Amino acid sequence: MANTVREKIGVVNAKDSKLVLAHMIFVIIALALGGTAGLIQVLERSGYFELPSWISYYQVLTLHGVVLALVLTTFFIMGFQFAAISRVCGGLTNTERRIGWIGFFMYATATVVAAIMILLNEATVLYTFYAPLQAHVIYYIALAVLVVGTWVSATAQLMSYFRWKRQHKGQKSPLLSYMVAINNVMWYICTIGVATSVLFMLIPWSVGWVETVNVSLSRTLFWYFGHALVYFWLLPAYMVWYAVLPKVIGTLGFSDNLARMSFMLFLFFSIPVGIHHQLTEPGIDAFWKSVQIVLTFMVVIPSLMTAFSMFAVFETYGRQQGAKGLVDWFKKLPWTDSRFVLPFIGMLFFIPGGIGGIINASGQMNQMVHNTIWIVGHFHITVGTPVVLTYFGAMMFLLPHITGRQLTPALNKMGLFFAYTWALGMTIMSAAMHFIGLTGAPRRSNFSEYGGHPIAETWQTYQIVQAVGGTFLFIGIMIGIVLFIRLMTSEKTGIVEEFPVATFMDENAPVTRFVENWKFLVLVTVFLVLVAYTVPIYQMLTEYTVGAKGFKLW
Amino acid sequence: MHKYEKIWLSFGTVSLAVFLLILLVSALHGGHSPAASGIETIHPEHVLDDERFANPGLYESDDPDYDYDLYFVASAFRYDPAEVEIPVGSRVKVSVATTDVIHGFQITGTNVNFMVEPSLVSNYTYTFNHPGEYLVLCNEYCGIGHTDMTSIVKVVE
Repeated sequence: MANTVREKIGVVNAKDSKLVLAHMIFVIIALALGGTAGLIQVLERSGYFELPSWISYYQVLTLHGVVLALVLTTFFIMGFQFAAISRVCGGLTNTERRIGWIGFFMYATATVVAAIMILLNEATVLYTFYAPLQAHVIYYIALAVLVVGTWVSATAQLMSYFRWKRQHKGQKSPLLSYMVAINNVMWYICTIGVATSVLFMLIPWSVGWVETVNVSLSRTLFWYFGHALVYFWLLPAYMVWYAVLPKVIGTLGFSDNLARMSFMLFLFFSIPVGIHHQLTEPGIDAFWKSVQIVLTFMVVIPSLMTAFSMFAVFETYGRQQGAKGLVDWFKKLPWTDSRFVLPFIGMLFFIPGGIGGIINASGQMNQMVHNTIWIVGHFHITVGTPVVLTYFGAMMFLLPHITGRQLTPALNKMGLFFAYTWALGMTIMSAAMHFIGLTGAPRRSNFSEYGGHPIAETWQTYQIVQAVGGTFLFIGIMIGIVLFIRLMTSEKTGIVEEFPVATFMDENAPVTRFVENWKFLVLVTVFLVLVAYTVPIYQMLTEYTVGAKGFKLW
Repeated sequence: MHKYEKIWLSFGTVSLAVFLLILLVSALHGGHSPAASGIETIHPEHVLDDERFANPGLYESDDPDYDYDLYFVASAFRYDPAEVEIPVGSRVKVSVATTDVIHGFQITGTNVNFMVEPSLVSNYTYTFNHPGEYLVLCNEYCGIGHTDMTSIVKVVE
């Protein structure tokens, strides 16, 4: 039985733990750095604080975006996926682990180099680095190395997954390993876009080998990657929701097959949708924008499957605890367990977050909110809360697990405070952002009175509210940092915290046909990408457009 | 599949279809297709040599579909013209081109909100029905003076 094998090997071994720990240390540093940058931004934009002349708002903003959206996420994802694979596939082989360390050193070095370039004011181009703003070539090279490093680590994880499958012919692969494989395959396919743009367009252009760059094309290649990046953040959080949380609260997962099916759909519909970030821009026909809007909406299906599945688990557990009425199972949930409360608060935020996403993807409403601070409010209650609070929920057991410690009641309590402070700060800040975004307050902008125009005056009160929310968030982050350090350094008791992995109500049912047929999965994904992107990119390549020279305007 | 799961997924699929239908009707029947769509090229270093953008501003149009053409030049860190008057109720085709980097052209309080990219002209047609002074700003980061980029659209009786 696959199950019994898995039960026996239910720990991340010491050597793999070191690799995971190295990743998690970067996550904590990124949180401290990015959180501080965030605090500086909300204070500056309140109008009551001025930055010293040696650092600009946009430098801080670039740092905030890179360190949180790219660094914190990437290190957590790769670290967590190594832990998950090691946990369910019986540990990495020496080769796999060595490849993992190579990947780690690549993106660790790249991160440090990119951060230095930002602090030197050589790369104040924000994390989206839209040409023709031109950063120093070293910044682009660092970003390229970061991406290639993730390919290396992802390969080590896939080797482990396929090795397990070879060694257990005819058995169902562990759900977590399947999910890791899906996320990595999606990552390979989507990063081709940004890698092409950086390696073949931006690097030659910033060195001076070519004079100009095709702006539309580089943006389109960026967003071909940029929206899948969102799902790359989200899927590890879903791994925790589907495959960890049921065990945390003490019941069975709803359906292994449903979980795999939803991950398959995420793979299909993550990539051919990037143009929904470009709905208001020239160079793309309305028809192709519309095609990608329709493809974007398909994500509603796996999202609703996930929501259903999670609440089915919660209700099942509540009824096992003796709940009888329509909703009293809700009260029976483990409200004092931070491993549950952190992700659960995240899920609650995902309800307005998901609705906001539907608004943004609707072509017509998009035009109302495009590039306003509404969007900033939106991604702080999607990636900024459901995703990262779930990551932090996972760190509550993962950090003690890999360092041979236990989640003590005191630290668990601290985790609850962390969750509530974050929720409070985020509610205040993102609500203010949503409100003024609707009246046109722009994102990515320092404090400005816009010549005293009355509409800009109406934004100022809300910008103070944003600063209040941001301050609570910062306090939450400080609690989190102390908490994470203590989780790794508290006294050892001889008992090692469990890495919970759920079994499912349909544990013994066979995998649905095609869902784990990788040729089929890759073919469908590539097919959808070709449908969505062939004509727009062909037009950008063939239409007579003059490229743009680089500018350094900061 | 569980019965409740079926009900839930049917509900999800139906609402998805309804959403898409609303978008489609609004796009085709209401004419709300995404702003700035289509490809109209311009040489980014010769924007000011183009007769439309040499003297940007409001011009009466020959096209029966709209009353005026309104041209703007976006550059770091200003819009030209810095102020423009539009008669209330007129239908205006707004065209914007940039001489340097990407800018985000937004007339606050209206639906006019689109990207301006080097080598391309961005267009959007809008009817200004309400008198007032509208703030035009740049909503795509373009450099250190990004928030200094403003203009005023006065819709007058």
